[in-house]
Amino acid sequence: MEANSHQRQLQHFFWRAGFGASPDEVKAALSAPRQRVIKDFIRDSKEVHDFNVVEPMPYFSLRNDKRDMNASPTQELDGIKDKLKAVAEERRESIGNLNDAWVARMGQGTGAFREKMTFFWHNHFACRSRMALFVQQQNNTLRRHALGKFSDLLMAISKDAAMLQFLNNQQNRKKSPNENFAREVMELFTLGRGNYTENDVKEAARAFTGWGFNGSGEFVFRPLFHDEGSKTIFGKTGNFTGEDVVDMLLANPKTAQFISTKLYRYFVNQKVNPEHVEALKNRFLRTDGDILEVMEYVFTQDWFYDSANIGAQIKSPVELLAGMQRTLQMDFVDKTPVLYAQKLLGQTLFNPPNVAGWPSGTAWIDSSSLLTRMQLPKVLFRNEMLAASVKESGDANEETVKRKNKFEVTMNWEKFASFFASFSEQDLTEALASHLIQVPINSSLLKQIDKQGNASGRVERIKQLTVALMSIPEYQVC
Amino acid sequence: MKRREFLRNTTFTTAGSLLVPQFLKAYETQYSAPSTLNEKVVVIIQLSGGNDGLNTVVPFRNDIYYRERPSIAIKSTNVLRLNDDIGLNPALEKIKELYDNGLVSIINNVGYPNPDRSHFRSMDIWQTGSSASEYLSTGWIGRYLDAQCAGQSAKIAPHQALEIDDTLSLALKGKNLNGLALQNPEKLFSQTQNGFVKANSKLTPADDHENVAYLYKTLAETVSSAEYVYNKAQIHKSSKLYPTTELGKSLKTIAELITSGVSTRVYYVSLSGFDTHIRQNDQQDRLLRQYAEAVGVFVDDLKSNNRLDDVMVMTFSEFGRRVKQNASNGTDHGTANNVFVIGGPHRTKPVLSEAPDLTDLDNGDLKYKIDFRQIYSTLLDDWLKADSRLVLGQAFEPVRLFG
Repeated sequence: MEANSHQRQLQHFFWRAGFGASPDEVKAALSAPRQRVIKDFIRDSKEVHDFNVVEPMPYFSLRNDKRDMNASPTQELDGIKDKLKAVAEERRESIGNLNDAWVARMGQGTGAFREKMTFFWHNHFACRSRMALFVQQQNNTLRRHALGKFSDLLMAISKDAAMLQFLNNQQNRKKSPNENFAREVMELFTLGRGNYTENDVKEAARAFTGWGFNGSGEFVFRPLFHDEGSKTIFGKTGNFTGEDVVDMLLANPKTAQFISTKLYRYFVNQKVNPEHVEALKNRFLRTDGDILEVMEYVFTQDWFYDSANIGAQIKSPVELLAGMQRTLQMDFVDKTPVLYAQKLLGQTLFNPPNVAGWPSGTAWIDSSSLLTRMQLPKVLFRNEMLAASVKESGDANEETVKRKNKFEVTMNWEKFASFFASFSEQDLTEALASHLIQVPINSSLLKQIDKQGNASGRVERIKQLTVALMSIPEYQVC
Repeated sequence: MKRREFLRNTTFTTAGSLLVPQFLKAYETQYSAPSTLNEKVVVIIQLSGGNDGLNTVVPFRNDIYYRERPSIAIKSTNVLRLNDDIGLNPALEKIKELYDNGLVSIINNVGYPNPDRSHFRSMDIWQTGSSASEYLSTGWIGRYLDAQCAGQSAKIAPHQALEIDDTLSLALKGKNLNGLALQNPEKLFSQTQNGFVKANSKLTPADDHENVAYLYKTLAETVSSAEYVYNKAQIHKSSKLYPTTELGKSLKTIAELITSGVSTRVYYVSLSGFDTHIRQNDQQDRLLRQYAEAVGVFVDDLKSNNRLDDVMVMTFSEFGRRVKQNASNGTDHGTANNVFVIGGPHRTKPVLSEAPDLTDLDNGDLKYKIDFRQIYSTLLDDWLKADSRLVLGQAFEPVRLFG
């Protein structure tokens, strides 16, 4: 078995802390000490850039339209319906634009680490909303707190309009409590199953009564709906507010355990090493839940670079797409097929299956998704269309996803080829493989790939070899 | 498939631990023996979008029904009467014929506690077989495959649960094994015969990375299942004239596979468009007609090939719709709904559970009386002879589906 080279370890860092790196980034990193590379990469994510691609749109005026619709004579109905349809269409388009913008940011430019963390939190605080403005706002909130204190992040997301809407807290009132938010905040956001009782959920729901949002997506506390009575939560009794509950969750060491485990499983290995997670948890507790400190700790540990951890993750569809962009310095001209590929492969940004987020690891792979993944590189660079069609969700409000476009990418193959100028024809396939693939490749497979590069021109040959390498099962892991 | 070829294709699945002769024997019993022709089969038809159950099985004597749906209720004179209280939507003429022949069970009031009115979430619940408060990442049919793997020495292949589509639904994803999705056997076969894919499928990974091994195993299984299904499908071609709709084509494919003796136990297919918020009647009429016509030919086809006794078709939707119509001549998302079970043994008396009680609503929505997992468990235990507790995590009271 080939040893884990310095290069592969660096690429491992770039894949996990970001979405991979181009050959020149890797080359530059090779000549610097590892600590420096990590520090620089993290510093590169210092600034926070909000998304501003969604125009503010009134929420409550629409509700009035819907109310009118129920009261209006039929001749006016069509006008109102058309208006509602147009608004729904615009929102869908806005969320699509947001999706394009985010994939583009993951795939190029600075701040990859912050985007990767935001992506992690998007899966942790998984949420769906039709309100494009709320979606953008939540994404900006996640990004702003992505590397900060977990306490700030949790409090912000608990008061976030899209989340309150998604988990029905707008309907959580003293007279008819809705437990949805209270349950998920414990089960999925902080403590994990088995670390609270049904009674804790019931009582905490009372503490969150009156938490809601207004039409501009701002948090609103409505005292009239709030239950001010005494509650007993986690064995303590008092007139607790929602903030009190969030603080109790943060003070509970089970939260540190839960978050550390989840970070480890995503950034290091799905298979948990209890000793390493314990170290993460201690770091989390000692730093008062400082996410950046915990992550810096992970990346600087020798065990992070163990061969058992390299290539141990199956790339999610979004990581696959953004990763191709970053490693090749390529850009998607038309974004429609990018969204289509997300749908086909089972991960559309802003559209997690439920509040538990996307099932990951081997769950990404079945016969259809694997064939599509293996076909993708060829389709990309031949400006073709994906062969498979997306299933319809059945929701009348969702655009029928029949529209398929050909991929259109810009890619400077001459420039990409120039990074490999020092390698002989004979060593070329292996050099490309060491840049693109994070696990050892069977020598007979390497020979087959070598045969795929049959063009006489060097640049064209590099293109053929790259496409072939990105089509093998090994490319699906990082 | 030739024996040598098969061995090559399954290099990764055997992991070298099984003795070849035993393994081959198991393979032969599983795939090639004519015994597969007596295997019981389930076909699931998913109506996506939330089919309006009250306009499907119509309570045509109920005043509340007509009061709450002034412009979209089905006129009592048009209803295809099943008994003195309920009748089918006139678009379901073919289903009515099957019903009269003792081939249809209609189970009303199917749902689950704390119903979710989101398409996505409710479909998730139906496909995973979870309760409203759990989030499962595997589907009930996928777990059926898992349970089969655990219970038998013979090799269980992905194509034993087959979805007629390009992508695989969560329902067919298991923990250790997934079902197979194909639009038709030819398309998948040609995709897997692509030189590079095929060549890849015969290789072993260089290292012992678990995920890479999983990818190679999936690829090898896909290639070999695609080849198996494609070759088998050539055995029997249907002579019936199916409607040219997507569902018609899919059911034709399924009928051909069943009559060819493919070892698939569960088939899955969806028909979308039931989210009828606006101008419901035209749309629902069109879709129900498509459904009934395709199922009609399908049943007829199986009957002529003596396979109808072995095949049970279950039709469901993620939720029903509200009792009261909305202002756009449509209906909004509701709760409990009816499930159709067609085919299998002849019913000596009609199977029809009581009509929904429109006087006892939950906030304008129907209350469920039968948990959908009771139907799943009955299909699993009594029809597929599996252990429903392994698949659903608990025992559910069985329901009467036939007899």
